[in-house]
Amino acid sequence: MGKYVVKRILSMIPLLFVISVVIFMFIHLIPGDPARQIAGADATIGEVQAIREELGLTKPLVTQYVEWVGGFLTGDMGVSYTNNTTVIELLTPRLPITIYLTICSITWSALLGIIIGVVAAINRGKALDLIGMVIAIAGISLPNFWLGLQLMQIFSVNMGIFPTGGVETWQGYILPSLAMGAGIMSILARVTRSSMIENLGKDYIRTSRAKGLPESKVIMRHAFKNSSIDVITVTALQIGALIAGSVVVETVFSIPGMGRLLVDSIGYRDYEVVQALILFFSLEYMVINLLADVLYGVINPRVRYE
Amino acid sequence: MADTKQAAAAVSGEELPKAQSPVKQFVKKFLRRKTAVIGLLFIIFILIIAVIGPHITPYDPNEYDYGAILAGPSAKHIWGTDEFGRDVFSRIVAGTQLSLGTALTASVLGTAVGVVLGLIAGFFGGLVDSFIMRVCDVMFAFPGILLAIAIVAIIGPGITNIMIGVAVFTVPSFARIIRGAVLEVRGELYVEVAQSIGCKPMRTMFVHIFPGTMQALIVNFTMNVGGAILSASSLSFLGFGASVTQAEWGAILSQGRNYLAIAPHLVLFPGLVIFLTVLAFNLFGDGLRDTLDPKLN
Repeated sequence: MGKYVVKRILSMIPLLFVISVVIFMFIHLIPGDPARQIAGADATIGEVQAIREELGLTKPLVTQYVEWVGGFLTGDMGVSYTNNTTVIELLTPRLPITIYLTICSITWSALLGIIIGVVAAINRGKALDLIGMVIAIAGISLPNFWLGLQLMQIFSVNMGIFPTGGVETWQGYILPSLAMGAGIMSILARVTRSSMIENLGKDYIRTSRAKGLPESKVIMRHAFKNSSIDVITVTALQIGALIAGSVVVETVFSIPGMGRLLVDSIGYRDYEVVQALILFFSLEYMVINLLADVLYGVINPRVRYE
Repeated sequence: MADTKQAAAAVSGEELPKAQSPVKQFVKKFLRRKTAVIGLLFIIFILIIAVIGPHITPYDPNEYDYGAILAGPSAKHIWGTDEFGRDVFSRIVAGTQLSLGTALTASVLGTAVGVVLGLIAGFFGGLVDSFIMRVCDVMFAFPGILLAIAIVAIIGPGITNIMIGVAVFTVPSFARIIRGAVLEVRGELYVEVAQSIGCKPMRTMFVHIFPGTMQALIVNFTMNVGGAILSASSLSFLGFGASVTQAEWGAILSQGRNYLAIAPHLVLFPGLVIFLTVLAFNLFGDGLRDTLDPKLN
C-alpha cells in the first residue's frame, strides 16, 4: 500500500511542474504590458518601470520562475496591488471559509445523491425511480447561480429565515452549500443508480440471495460496496466542479472566500493574486484526486498491484 | 457495429438499404423515449427562436420606457421590465441568438479540435499520443470552468472571449473520448483491410476510423451543449461576458441580480429559460445515449 501511495505521489511531480510553468506564463501571456495595466493609463513611464521591477519582469524568465515557485513554497506568493497587502495575508482568512463551504456542500450532496441512486436502483422502473431521476436531471440542468438567487429570494428575502449573504453565522452557509451541491448530488444519484443496477444483475448477488441473506445485506454489503468504487471516482472528479462552483456561489452570496477573491482580482487586474489563486485551486484539485486514488486502492486491492 | 452505422447514417441523413433500415429502427426506438422527444422538440423550438427571435419581439429589446421601470409581469409586459424599462421578454427572445450561438459555437469549435487531437492520438499512438494526452492532463488539472475563467482573465472580458474560453475547456474531454473510441475501432478488420490495400493514413483516419467514433461523438456533443450553455452563462453572470447593453441571458440575469428584492422577475425568467434549454439538451442527450448504446437494451 505504501509503495502504491509513493508511486502515485511521484507521478504527480512532472504534471505539477508543467502546471506551475503554465500558470507562471499567465502574466506574460496578457496582451500588452502587465505593468502598464496595473499602473493605469495615466501613470508615468517611471512609475510603470518601478512596477515592472517590483514584479521582477526585467529579470530573465527562468530566474523569475524560480523566484516565483520558491516564493510560493515559502509562503511568499507576491503582493496584491489593490489591497496593499501580501497575497498570503489575503488568503489566510478566506481559505477556511471556502473549505468549510466545500465540505458542507459535498457532505449533503454525496449523502443524498447516493441515497437517491440506491433507492432508484432498487425500485427500477417504478415511481420512486422516476421521481429520483427527474430530480437528478433537473439538478444537472440548473445553473447554480440561478438556484442560489432563487433560494435567496424565497428563504432570505421573502421568509427571512436565512441571511441574504455573508457567513457571520452558521446559517449563512446553508443556502450557498445547497446551491453548490445540487449539481453533484444529481450526478452522484445517476452514477450510483446505474452502477447499482449493473451490480445487482451480477451472479454473486443471486448467490447471496440464494443462500438466504436478508435483502438489506445483499444491497449494502454486496452491491453497494462494489458500486462505491464508481461513486468515489466520480465524487473526486466532481470536486473540480465544486471548486469552480465556489467561485460562482461565493459571488452570489457575497461570501468573502477564495472564489470571490478570484473574481474580484480578475476585475481589478490584480494578476499576482489571480496567479496564486489559480495555482492554489489546481493544487487543491490534484491533492483531492490523489486522496481519491489512495482511497480507491484501499477499497479495491487490484488497483494497488497494477 | 450496426449501431455505429446507424449513428453515422442518422447524422448524414443517408438512407441505407430498405430491408433493415437502421435509420427507421433508430427513429422508432428513439420515439419511444418521450422525455427525449420532448427535449428534441424544445431544442427545435429554441433554435427557431434563435433564428427569427430578433424579428418577432413584441417590443424593441433596447427601447427605454421610463414610465415602466422595474415593472412586474403584466398583460403589457408579460415578463416585466428591467431597470431601464426595457421589456424583459423581448430581451430574452432577442438574446436567444447570442446566448445559444455562443454555446453552440464554443461546443462545435472545442469538439472539432478535440476530435482531431483524439483521432491523431489514437491512430498514431506512441510519442504523439503521449504528448497529446499529457497536454490534456495539464488542462484537466484546472478544476471545472476555472480553465475558462483563467483564459478570459488573460484575453479579457467579452462574449467572443467567453466563447474561446468555453471552447478550450471542451477540447481535452473530447480528445480523450475520441481517442478511446479510436482505440476500439483501430483493431477492427475493416481498418486493417483499408490499410493493406494502401489507404494513406489521413484517409484511413477520416474515412474509415472517424465514422466508427460517431456514436460517442454525437452523444457527448449533445450533452456538452447543455454544459456549454451553463459555463457560458456562469462566466457571463460573473461579469466576464456581454456588456450591459447586449441582450444575453446570463447578462440580463447578472444585471437583474442587483434588484432581487424589488424585482425578482429579472432573475426568475432568464434563469428559467437557461434551465429549460439545458434540460432539453440533457434529456435529448440521455435519450440518444440510451437509444445508441446497445448495452442498455
